[in-house]
Amino acid sequence: MYDYNAFDRAFLKERNSQFRAQVARRISGELTEDEFKPLRLMNGVYLQLHAYMLRVAIPYGTLNSAQMRKLAELATRWDKGYGHFTTRQNIQYNWPKLSDIPDMLDSLGEVGLHAIQTSGNTIRNVTADHFAGAAADELADPRPVAELIRQWSTDHPEFQFMPRKFKIAITGSPNDRAVTRAHDIGLRMVERDGETGFEVLVGGGLGRTPMIGKVIEEFLPRADLLPYLEAIVSVWNQIGRRDNKYKARIKITVHEHGIDEIRRLVRARFAALRGEFSGIDQQLLAEIEAQFAPPAFRQAGTDGYEAARKADPLFRSWSDTNLTPHRAEGYAIVSVSLKKHGATPGDASAAQMRVLADLAERYGHDELRISHEQNVILPHVHKSDLPALFAALREADLATANIGLASDIIACPGMDYCALATARSIPIAQQIAQRVDALKIEHDLGALKIKISGCINACGHHHVGHIGILGLDRAGVENYQITLGGDHTETAALGTRTGPGFSYDEIVPAIERLMLAYLGLRLTDDEPFAETYRRVGLGPFKAALYEEAQAYAAE
Amino acid sequence: MKNQVITANALIEGDVVYLAPSGQWVRHLSDAQVFTDDAEADAALHVAAARSNEAVGAYLITVTLQDGIPGPTHFREAFRLRGPSNRFHGKQAEHVDLNDV
Ligand code: SF4
Repeated sequence: MYDYNAFDRAFLKERNSQFRAQVARRISGELTEDEFKPLRLMNGVYLQLHAYMLRVAIPYGTLNSAQMRKLAELATRWDKGYGHFTTRQNIQYNWPKLSDIPDMLDSLGEVGLHAIQTSGNTIRNVTADHFAGAAADELADPRPVAELIRQWSTDHPEFQFMPRKFKIAITGSPNDRAVTRAHDIGLRMVERDGETGFEVLVGGGLGRTPMIGKVIEEFLPRADLLPYLEAIVSVWNQIGRRDNKYKARIKITVHEHGIDEIRRLVRARFAALRGEFSGIDQQLLAEIEAQFAPPAFRQAGTDGYEAARKADPLFRSWSDTNLTPHRAEGYAIVSVSLKKHGATPGDASAAQMRVLADLAERYGHDELRISHEQNVILPHVHKSDLPALFAALREADLATANIGLASDIIACPGMDYCALATARSIPIAQQIAQRVDALKIEHDLGALKIKISGCINACGHHHVGHIGILGLDRAGVENYQITLGGDHTETAALGTRTGPGFSYDEIVPAIERLMLAYLGLRLTDDEPFAETYRRVGLGPFKAALYEEAQAYAAE
Repeated sequence: MKNQVITANALIEGDVVYLAPSGQWVRHLSDAQVFTDDAEADAALHVAAARSNEAVGAYLITVTLQDGIPGPTHFREAFRLRGPSNRFHGKQAEHVDLNDV
């Protein structure tokens, strides 16, 4: 993975010492809150409901064991012993004191981590497929390009005060696990005549006005990527609306001007910019690529793995759900669930982070990933090590076998932490997970994506959930709207609202009715929820949601 | 006429505070000053907001009064008063007596 060079380290040190001075001036009263707020936001510091929050970037979701241990150390020294992994491959600390944050940032700097551009109207942390560099279905590892984008966008003078924030996601696989169609720019690696390039999507985004990204280039050669990205951002920076915060995102610009006009403007800008790059970016990319060379995969037998699967039903169940095919023979990608039934999605204790770091070092070529689905990935584990790994995960309470199932829920922090929230999301996720566990229907339900947001900003990706839940404030009471039929993959689609929302007490039973309705509606046991929905449409699900509710009320 | 209280977040800790009759920021809603006059409340907010070196983002909330003790009317304020629902942190952990209400 990418190691910080002297330039990166000096930049970070300088930036942290600037922020230390800004915090000191805020505390002494020299800076007002109005002056300080944009400065703290540039450094990932929010003021939430109960405390400050520090958001640390995990660039393209990749960590090594030393970095994971550092995240654990921060949780213990300056927070309440845990961290929350988010849908943007960041980690959030919910309880830091303002006066401690400069020390936290210095400490992160020791392992090349930072909180720069995790907030504010900048180009945010670039997110990537969490199986990058490991997946069997991948054309190439997208992380070198992601790192190049990180370097290009970090502190880019033209892009520090943009109309709004800007999010880029990248995948090296045709199977989109990075939700590229719901980002301002999505990059999907594709092959044409033996050459790899990118399908470039623009104008996707969730939030108040959700939009699926549109194809601006079907095939962009790799070498053209940076100038092309700069052209997109620069066109938007010029013509994007600054009069209304809700109309400022590029999705609105694309919607208002049309994709063809945007393409024309971007291509013109690209033609002017291309010369300025003079191939330096490609040299840099080659250097970065060398740092992402795959680990030395081991050749060994997998008999132990097969035997353990036969002998131990718990191990078998876990390996059925939590493993993904690896590109190297004998290896597997391990997803470690942070969704134990009843736990807060995405939370990991410092002790769990240390165990994960140890396991990555011992069995995983020192690599870890954070997924936008708020789980931790050990991308390279040899199958012969899986039984020992599973035993260690069980001891750390990290062996929940539910990846991709109904309890593997994305939930944003909602009104338990977030100052923007209109309702809670975490307790809804906890209760749904406990309910499917109590009913023992989770494995029967199969692949099911439930995604929950605590306000229309949609950090919980509810629009692209098979079942999406949006928490609102309706006349001073929490109210939850359901959408059905969303899709977060390469066939991305926005869900459709079912009708009136449900109260805090009604929403979990309503979700249960939906799940039971699906079990009755599916043609065969292996027709997944998403397919059944596509086949039968909203009608029967709506009936289950509302007619039964009325029937109960009438009794 | 409504009963109102001024609330904000403390500058260093970031936790929830309320303005008391003494002019101090306090951590219990029950110790907060209750304004019954809207104009007086607005004027006090103006003064409080200018003290952003002690507490950030001051605003008015409407409260209920039971035996003269203010309580939250909106669920957001009830959560701010208590802490998160998924973990025993925040005010509920620091002021255990608040759980008895
Ligand atoms: S969706 Fe809303 S409530 Fe949830 S984290 Fe984002 S801004 Fe906060």
